[in-house]
Amino acid sequence: MRIHIDPKAEQRFFRAFLWLLTGITVFILFFIIFYVLKRGLPVVSLGFLMKNPVEMGRAGGIFSTIVGTVALTLLAILIATPLGVGSAIYLTEYTRENWITRVIRFGSECLAGIPSIIFGLFGFILFVTKLGLGWSLLSGGLTLAFMILPTIIRTSEEAIRSVPYVYREVGFSLGSTKWQTVTRVVLPSALPGIATGVILSIGRSIGETAAVIFTAGSSLHIPTSLFSSSRTMSVHFYILAREGISMANAYGTAAVLIIAILVINVLAYTLMNRFMRKYC
Amino acid sequence: MEKAVIRAKSFSHFFGPVPALKNINLEVYQNEIFGIIGPAGSGKSTFLRALNRLNDLIPSSRPEGTLEVFGRDVYAPSTSVVELRRRLGMVFATPVPLPRSIFENITFGPRMAGEKNRGRLAELVADCLKKTALWEEVMDRLEISALKLSGGQQQRLCLARILALKPEFIMLDEPTSGLDPISTMKIEETLRKLQAEYTVILVTNNTKQAARVADRTAFFLNGELVELDRTEKIFSAPSDRRTNDYISGKFG
Amino acid sequence: MTSAAAMTRLERNEKLIRLALLLVAFSAVSTLVIITIFIFGEGTPVMFKYGLKKFLLSLDWFPLEKSYGLLPMILGSLFVTAGALVIGVPFGLACAIVLTEFSSKRLRRILKPIIELLAGIPSVVYGFMGVVILVPFIRDNLGGPGLSVLAASIILGIMILPTIISISIDSLEAVPRSYREGSIALGATRWQTTRMVMFPAAKSGIIASIILGMGRAIGETMAVIMIAGNAATIPRSLLDPVRTLTSNIALEMGYAAGEHREALFATGVILFIIIMVLNTIANLTSKRRPS
Repeated sequence: MRIHIDPKAEQRFFRAFLWLLTGITVFILFFIIFYVLKRGLPVVSLGFLMKNPVEMGRAGGIFSTIVGTVALTLLAILIATPLGVGSAIYLTEYTRENWITRVIRFGSECLAGIPSIIFGLFGFILFVTKLGLGWSLLSGGLTLAFMILPTIIRTSEEAIRSVPYVYREVGFSLGSTKWQTVTRVVLPSALPGIATGVILSIGRSIGETAAVIFTAGSSLHIPTSLFSSSRTMSVHFYILAREGISMANAYGTAAVLIIAILVINVLAYTLMNRFMRKYC
Repeated sequence: MEKAVIRAKSFSHFFGPVPALKNINLEVYQNEIFGIIGPAGSGKSTFLRALNRLNDLIPSSRPEGTLEVFGRDVYAPSTSVVELRRRLGMVFATPVPLPRSIFENITFGPRMAGEKNRGRLAELVADCLKKTALWEEVMDRLEISALKLSGGQQQRLCLARILALKPEFIMLDEPTSGLDPISTMKIEETLRKLQAEYTVILVTNNTKQAARVADRTAFFLNGELVELDRTEKIFSAPSDRRTNDYISGKFG
Repeated sequence: MTSAAAMTRLERNEKLIRLALLLVAFSAVSTLVIITIFIFGEGTPVMFKYGLKKFLLSLDWFPLEKSYGLLPMILGSLFVTAGALVIGVPFGLACAIVLTEFSSKRLRRILKPIIELLAGIPSVVYGFMGVVILVPFIRDNLGGPGLSVLAASIILGIMILPTIISISIDSLEAVPRSYREGSIALGATRWQTTRMVMFPAAKSGIIASIILGMGRAIGETMAVIMIAGNAATIPRSLLDPVRTLTSNIALEMGYAAGEHREALFATGVILFIIIMVLNTIANLTSKRRPS
């Protein structure tokens, strides 16, 4: 026997139910941020940011880890951006869809799905061990670069594709070669979109732990060369929390991390919005 | 005797198996305004793009026959495509200013060709803008973004942009189709003035525009050249019945 | 200034540029290949030395005694991922449905970026929250050490929410408006429309989002280490500690040497294969429409 449920009542029920779940989800996600910021911000001061960790991080600040994070991220971006944008240019401007582009795209997407611990293993065995670079900024930077490469390829491709075709015709009809058209007409117009991808990758690199800890090591000294080992903020946070060294400093580090990532993401979004408004 | 600067000899153009142009034979004379009319899909734009080899961008494109500019085969292997495109400047249907300043738009082409002297570039900008009757309107705001200009001004900017490359030909592909009547009139006036220095080829889907501006007019239909004659003759007593039908609006 | 000869030289350079870009574009593919080669290269010898069956099915992980059984970790990864899906999928889909079907466009434009923002929070922070809040809660109210399958499932479930929500929203938004309008025009309520028309239409994208969430959960390392207990035994209940394949690697990599290290790479191989299979399925099921 079919029970007849009034559709309006059914909708009211499910609507309430779904909103409840949504509310819980949003609440949890915000709760995490507020909790960390509430306990972490009091710890964060100018001194905290500018002083080096003392006694394995029990006291002092996080300056060397900030330097490590910046250095590592910068290196990763410097390596990945030319490779990623170059790949995107090739895929959009220099070829049409065929088996080669499908292979390249498949490779990129697979790369995107590999968990960071595997990158850590890979970086460890190739850069740290076989190539003899040791635990260093170079090992970590190279590993991170390949982690963010798929993102940069994808966002750059989308950005380049959104540049209207006529722009290229104009470039050519003004007597440019293909490379000139790409670099002087297409790329400048696609720049905001590309920049968004780069900025998002920066955000991801900052929070990365598993891949970094096995390639860049965890030295608390300020890195002096590409071959120095270094600790990033997220690694530092992990060690502080797991070894129970200092809860207060752990919260502080986490707070700095979260704020940095939030700022970066907001930047990426405003940039993206301005880009969309220009072309859509 | 008029000097023929462009010659098409049994010229056809294919995209894959589809012929967009069939056996075109015509001549364009120096310093004339050569109008091309015809319904959509008749091959008018394809012909322009064959002249400056913009069709090359489409992978399935395949020309047949001969197309000569100043006696030299456009499709000869020794032809520099880049050079060709500078000598045959092209203005598109929608104004496409580059998202840069007015100054940078006009100097784009010359800078691509290697001109770096800022003084010469500034002179060039003034010169080109005067020729397209835009100078008075923008001379004190050359640094603003070209996107801020009105549609008609943008199209005149595009015209000035190709003049900066000192071409010999100006090719326009339905240049006023999106513009208001006043802008249209200004552009038509400009073309008449430019005729003294350049050879103009004007593709238009507005037959009345051809009647107003062109010295000779060609009627394209389905990739073929149906009729080519002095404009007055085409519009008053065309030889081919199809021409008559098109002009009187029986189809379009 | 430029002669015709100089121009043709520039055009010849174009061919070199094209070649260079092709090589660059292959960097992504070649990296994938190199990663595969190295991980498999380091990990498979040990697997074959002791036999694949022993590796995958033995319960005993005692690396110092040369006993490398991965079964507890394989099951651990499985349980924890399943748990994450049990939590992540209902909440995630609820959010996606609410944001596309039951809320205004403006609300969606505000909340969607915020949710994606939250995807940027490092996994170690999630793990940390699990340690300071969730684990004591479980320990005090439900029993057990607190470091458990339950804790890991909950935290992982929360972590995969942004993935599921984001991609599901995209899938639902991609359904042609005419579907929704047609259904409403026939007198269906919005919920009926969602249930019978929109949801099935977006099914492939939603399934892809779930699979990708699964991939993220399986690959997660740091957060799991912090809250799962890391005992290399098969958990008998939700409250028992558990170790995943990822934790196995990360925990011992720091001090492993020789054959032990190779066994950890072998763990990586198993993980790699699982992820590759999942990703291929996700790619095949998602109907990605080019913009």
